[in-house]
Amino acid sequence: MKAVDFDYAQPATLDAALELLSREDVMVRPVAGSQSLGPMLNLRLAQPELLVDITRIAELRTIRREGDRLVIGACVTHARLEDGDYPDVTRGVLPSVAAVIAYRAVRNRGTIGGSLAHADPAADWVNVLTALGADVVIAGTGGRRSVPMTDFILGVFETALQPGEIVAEIHVPALSDRARWGYYKVCRKTGEFSHATGAVLIDPARGVQRCVAGATSGKPVVIDGPALFAGGCTEAAMAAHLAGSPAADDPIALRTHTVALKRAIAQVMS
Amino acid sequence: MGEVSTAGSGAGSGVGARVRRKEDDRLLRGRGRFVGDIALVGMKELAFVRSPVAHATITGIEIPEEHRGAVFTWADLAAGGVKPIRAVSGLPGFKVSEQPALADGKVRFVGEPVAVCVAATRAEAEDIAASVFVDYAELPVNSDMLEAVTPGAPKVHDHWPDNVFLETNVGGNIAEIAATAPVKVSRTIRTARQCMVPLEGKGVVAHWDRHVEQLVLTTSTQMPHIVRAGLSECLDLDQGLIRVVAPDVGGGFGWKGLLQPEEIVAAWIAMRLDRPVRWTEDRREHLVAAANAREHHYEITAYADARGRLLGIEADAWVDAGAYSVYPFSACLEAAQVGSILPGPYDFAHYRCRTFSVCTNKPPIVPYRGVARTGVCFAMEQMIDAVADAVGREPWQVRLENLVPPEKMPFDNVTRKHFDSGDYPESVRRAVAAIELEGWRARQKAGEPDGRLIGVGFATYCEQSAHGTAVYHGWGIPMVPGHEQAQARITPDGGLELRVGVQSHGQSMETTFAQVAHEVLGIPLEKIKLVHGDTGLTPYSTGTWGSRSMVMAGGAVATACRTLAERLRKIGAHLMQAGPDGAVLEGGSVKAGAAAVTIREIAHTWYRAPQLLPADVDRGGLEVTAGYKPGSDHGTFSYATHAVAVAVDPEIGQVEILDYVVVEDAGTMVNPMVVDGQIYGGVAQGVGTALYERMPYDAEGQPLASTFADYLIPGFTEVPHVRIIHMLTPSPYTEFGVKGIGEGGAIAPPAAICNAINDALKPLGVIVTNAPMTPEVILSAIAGKRGAA
Repeated sequence: MKAVDFDYAQPATLDAALELLSREDVMVRPVAGSQSLGPMLNLRLAQPELLVDITRIAELRTIRREGDRLVIGACVTHARLEDGDYPDVTRGVLPSVAAVIAYRAVRNRGTIGGSLAHADPAADWVNVLTALGADVVIAGTGGRRSVPMTDFILGVFETALQPGEIVAEIHVPALSDRARWGYYKVCRKTGEFSHATGAVLIDPARGVQRCVAGATSGKPVVIDGPALFAGGCTEAAMAAHLAGSPAADDPIALRTHTVALKRAIAQVMS
Repeated sequence: MGEVSTAGSGAGSGVGARVRRKEDDRLLRGRGRFVGDIALVGMKELAFVRSPVAHATITGIEIPEEHRGAVFTWADLAAGGVKPIRAVSGLPGFKVSEQPALADGKVRFVGEPVAVCVAATRAEAEDIAASVFVDYAELPVNSDMLEAVTPGAPKVHDHWPDNVFLETNVGGNIAEIAATAPVKVSRTIRTARQCMVPLEGKGVVAHWDRHVEQLVLTTSTQMPHIVRAGLSECLDLDQGLIRVVAPDVGGGFGWKGLLQPEEIVAAWIAMRLDRPVRWTEDRREHLVAAANAREHHYEITAYADARGRLLGIEADAWVDAGAYSVYPFSACLEAAQVGSILPGPYDFAHYRCRTFSVCTNKPPIVPYRGVARTGVCFAMEQMIDAVADAVGREPWQVRLENLVPPEKMPFDNVTRKHFDSGDYPESVRRAVAAIELEGWRARQKAGEPDGRLIGVGFATYCEQSAHGTAVYHGWGIPMVPGHEQAQARITPDGGLELRVGVQSHGQSMETTFAQVAHEVLGIPLEKIKLVHGDTGLTPYSTGTWGSRSMVMAGGAVATACRTLAERLRKIGAHLMQAGPDGAVLEGGSVKAGAAAVTIREIAHTWYRAPQLLPADVDRGGLEVTAGYKPGSDHGTFSYATHAVAVAVDPEIGQVEILDYVVVEDAGTMVNPMVVDGQIYGGVAQGVGTALYERMPYDAEGQPLASTFADYLIPGFTEVPHVRIIHMLTPSPYTEFGVKGIGEGGAIAPPAAICNAINDALKPLGVIVTNAPMTPEVILSAIAGKRGAA
């Protein structure tokens, strides 16, 4: 269980990184905290010829407030988001969710951008940032573009990233004072992958009533509107919302997804 | 032999003291020396090409031209005279499997080694392994033991008439009870196939030592002497030409209690290439190629009277023994144990059990901590609760109704197991009190605000440990333990060296054997050095397994030290010009009246100033090898009752352990802290068996978990705080009254937790009977009821 031979670069600037990532003569992959890619390398599921470590690029490690949004660099670790040395605009969503990602050892290295780029449907940020209505800023040699979370995650391990592009920033909109949120995930044990995730946000000032069902073997399922909050989170309703996902056809999975969302909803209704 | 002492007040650092572990200074500072820490000049690393399919004929192996000379197959080993592993049970009817260290034309499980690759680094060896192309002609697969015994099932070993290593029948005389018993309950019960997942995987370094002209195998093993015997057979090499050394070993649990094919290959390669080689098992190899424990299936019926008094037990049990018989325990230890220990700690008269050791396309079964007892306890304790439910009594009351009472000790049970001592019912009463059952019952009635269901479960077992000669002979194991030997040697400066053939890999023997020696000789612990796990330095031993080391090797240490004590006393008396009868050995000195001479002075006299010795001094000097067996050949019987309170979330099927109590009797405890540690660790593994651990296989025999993302083991937050209550009934047959305790913690948790879950699910009218009791299992049970309603 050792990785294949590969080269390793650790550029100091984003431009240098993007230049390396645009090389077409070698199979190149970016790496940040390496909490998903590391095991894949060792299992030889990933066999790159060049790894570009982007964690030394200063601008990717900053968190700053920009008007009504919080801009989080892609290489900010879960641990830092957990510890909260930044102006949290999410009424506790970011530190609370960060604190339940895997284990602290993973959080110390794992990054928010890496988690999104990996696009595991069970990942916390994949679902929570969708619920929050965040945007992902993608950088490539051709410049930058901003993509809403709902268009960024396309499926299991599938994103809007094109070859040579990386996640540069995540823009999280500030919640209003009366916003309420709920988060519940069903894990076999602490720190394990979620089998069903519910993330919900009610922000009346911004007209948001949003439920997200995650870890569904596909992209996060977004259900906007008041219906589920008003006692409509039933297995029958969820079967319709999850239609097309394997979870819809498996009674136990359907039940578990319904319960996860119901419990997340209960947190905002209580 | 069998001398009983009441020594062990718990004071000082002798028997009974909670002494801190001598080995921790090394191990906790990361200064241990494991196989992975060894560096020898010119050492190469090995990687194995392993079968990706469960059953196939190998029709070709293509080795790239540039790697010829770095890749070896069975053809090379066979040409070199290497023989397959044969572990032949002595039980009549046993079918012999031959396991070549590398596949010989056929593979029989996913992960079976097919070829070995040699390179400067493991990564390069894996590169070579990836370049070897093996052509497999796939064959039909036996992935399930019950299907493997049906007519027409594909055969794992072509020359066998079926897929059964061995069928056994125990007892009989059940028909009349079956016809007349007022209460009859039946269950289908199953435990999953598991991996043992020690922190350190297997690993071996092999080299030929030109100076002593020996093959030296430094291997992560529990039984160096047995590995040497096995290597000798397979390599056709005299045992005198082989030295097997166990360095620090990071947990074994049974996985390191066998001769590994990889050990044979490493040994052969080292001799063939005349250079050191190393193989270290990685986690994926372990999960895929070593999922080899615990898989039992029971069809079991209990007969009882209206009070829940057991009248008889009738069972058919299948054990998935995998593709080959392992050396030395064979493919049948597990099932032979099932037949003989299924009755548990209970007193009843009628019993019949049929067992099948089934051969399938999975890794060979290996005895895992508790061996068959975990499965047996899981089955039997569910039956006790089922009987209790049928007669409308509390499960603990039905246990009291049936447990062997203290006044009947020692007691021979229905399978002629000789329970040596103890108060089994008292362990139940204390567990009921400690878990505060009444409080939980009240809480159950009130209901939980979060909708979860509360349940309390109990499980009682007795554990035969330190198995004697007759026991192992009776189970047909081709490695019967006899007298255990220990060497004790006073060093010229008055210290003590102990040499034992067992191997310490978490058992704390460097501390506890020193405590035993200190109890007899009074030499301070820091001056006692244990040498263990090395065929070149220690007496022969079958090794560390079966909760035997403290009883057997500890007994041998005490025996050797007593002989030394007598010799020291005689020399000391002479030096003080006292009569031998008036002198006593006490606190590390020989004393006669007001005069005293230290062991250090006596040692100096023997080694450096022999002119001062008495003329009739024992010529053996200050070095003794002593053999030991307990006073009973049946082994010791420790026992325990585990009690657990759980909350079951009926919406998502998850189980939280709210409280966990162990009431156990290990006899005299040499070091209670070490006993507690064994119980904590065992319970943690038992929680894994109960709730998390399962290696799933698909119909093609593919293991469906290959990392810890898929194969779940309990972590910090899943292992409960275990409250331990010790009872203390010394065994009448052993030194100091000790009993084996190493495995016990892992035996009862699945049963106790299962009974607690079923107690919780009672309002829903459903039960679960299979381990692990995952959310899926629990939700399926609930959904089944909902579907039926």
